[in-house]
Amino acid sequence: MTGSTVSESPEPQWPAPEAVHFAYEVRAAYEHPWLVRLTHWLTAVCLFVLIGSGLQIFMAFPSFGPKIPQENFIEIPQAFRIGGWLAGALMWHFTFMWIFIATGVAYLIFQCVSGRYRMVLFTRRDVAGVWPMVKHYALRHPQPLLTAPYNPLQKLAYTSTILLGVASVATGLVLFNPVQFSWLTWLMGGFSRARVWHFLAMCGFLAFIPGHLVMVAVHGWKNFVSMVVGWKRDPEYRAE
Amino acid sequence: MDDHTRNTTADPAEPSDASAGTEQTSAEVSGEVAKGDEAAQSAPVRRIEVPSYPRATRRELIKLAPLLAVGVFAIPRFQPALFKAGLTFTDWAAASWFRRRHLAPTFADSDVVPIERFPFNSYAGDDPGIDLAAWTLQVDGLVARPGDYTLPEIQALPKVRQNTRHVCVEGWNVIGRFGGARFADLLALVGADTTARYLTFECADGYYESLDMATALHPQSLACYEMYDAPLPRGHGAPLRLLLPTKIGYKSAKYLITMTVTNDLQALGYWEDQGYDWFYGL
Repeated sequence: MTGSTVSESPEPQWPAPEAVHFAYEVRAAYEHPWLVRLTHWLTAVCLFVLIGSGLQIFMAFPSFGPKIPQENFIEIPQAFRIGGWLAGALMWHFTFMWIFIATGVAYLIFQCVSGRYRMVLFTRRDVAGVWPMVKHYALRHPQPLLTAPYNPLQKLAYTSTILLGVASVATGLVLFNPVQFSWLTWLMGGFSRARVWHFLAMCGFLAFIPGHLVMVAVHGWKNFVSMVVGWKRDPEYRAE
Repeated sequence: MDDHTRNTTADPAEPSDASAGTEQTSAEVSGEVAKGDEAAQSAPVRRIEVPSYPRATRRELIKLAPLLAVGVFAIPRFQPALFKAGLTFTDWAAASWFRRRHLAPTFADSDVVPIERFPFNSYAGDDPGIDLAAWTLQVDGLVARPGDYTLPEIQALPKVRQNTRHVCVEGWNVIGRFGGARFADLLALVGADTTARYLTFECADGYYESLDMATALHPQSLACYEMYDAPLPRGHGAPLRLLLPTKIGYKSAKYLITMTVTNDLQALGYWEDQGYDWFYGL
């Protein structure tokens, strides 16, 4: 619509907004309500603590096999661990897991009640738009026309992180209370398997976070500001 | 094009908080309003007068101040109290999930790991050198019949054999075969007040441990004196240990020598005093 030049409107024609310098105006969009921003940054802190302490916990038995004979899977450098030793790491983990859960629940309730989940939820309609965005970012193809704050690739990434969060909590619940949540333990193929899934969920976050940070650094300073103050100045998309 | 500049103002679907300071300052007011459905999927672009924009963003920034509260976790002076609160909440949640009659899974004999591959962790040597012939369990506290109980007295109680999973806090787990008396039967034998809240144990190797009564009364909690249908090996806590399939491994204390029933927790436990979780139900 914004690219068209013909209008049936009887009112005087306005030039394209980006072509005119409004000295007294800022073109801006309020993208992220307070609760979304708060939960975003709380989740960032939680993931930092939970991954660091989780790696320290893992180092108490860095294997997915039997205790006898023990074959270590990986050695996590001290710099990536939080808590100093197993008990210290468990304190961090057992405290921040509740903050993580409360944050996630608050976010999900807000998204559902406000209807804003439609802004971020990846649906079948977004499938076709993923590849053009990949081509744009990776192969420097021209940017597809954007009409909303999140493009299909972003929706895919953000929806995945929400699933990863749910998976982390479900697998963590099994590791914490495998007997009380025995049906979940069974569903995950047993306690030892759940430990693998919990680790893989963390790997999913570790795959997402660098990409997320790179995209913000390269493409999205305005996105960063928007996640802090809610407003995005001169958004690149055009509201229809 | 003109639609673009006009549609984006005075949107009723906008969060009231954000629009409070901008509604009056919007340049254009006329035109259609975006449908609510579209608004939820997008963030309408608006025009805001220059002086009010920094004001709006500053206010939004200040609203993130609650985030600073998480910063107290970085201050070492506050950490012990914060983690104590975290573990207390964790214990409260696990205790409220605990169901007295919900059984831990039991396994077929073919799932049981050979005893040579059943690990044992110890912190003060593998064997405190108990004189098994002279051994007794000294029982006191809120019990009708305090005193020293011999192994044959405990073995006279109905014997239970079960293949259960032992989960270590380190992350490994192993399925073993255990035999012994139901702990509830031992409590009945000594006439324990089962409305009391806690049990405290001392061990021959200097270890100590405490337990909530609900877990002690769980049908799979054993006063364990057998492993793999043979007397408990010295490395695994001979002659008597706790075997708690609904608790993390370190709660299943070995080499028991005393048991006290109390309403106030006098000692948490060896590892708990180092910072490990107290309840840690599975």
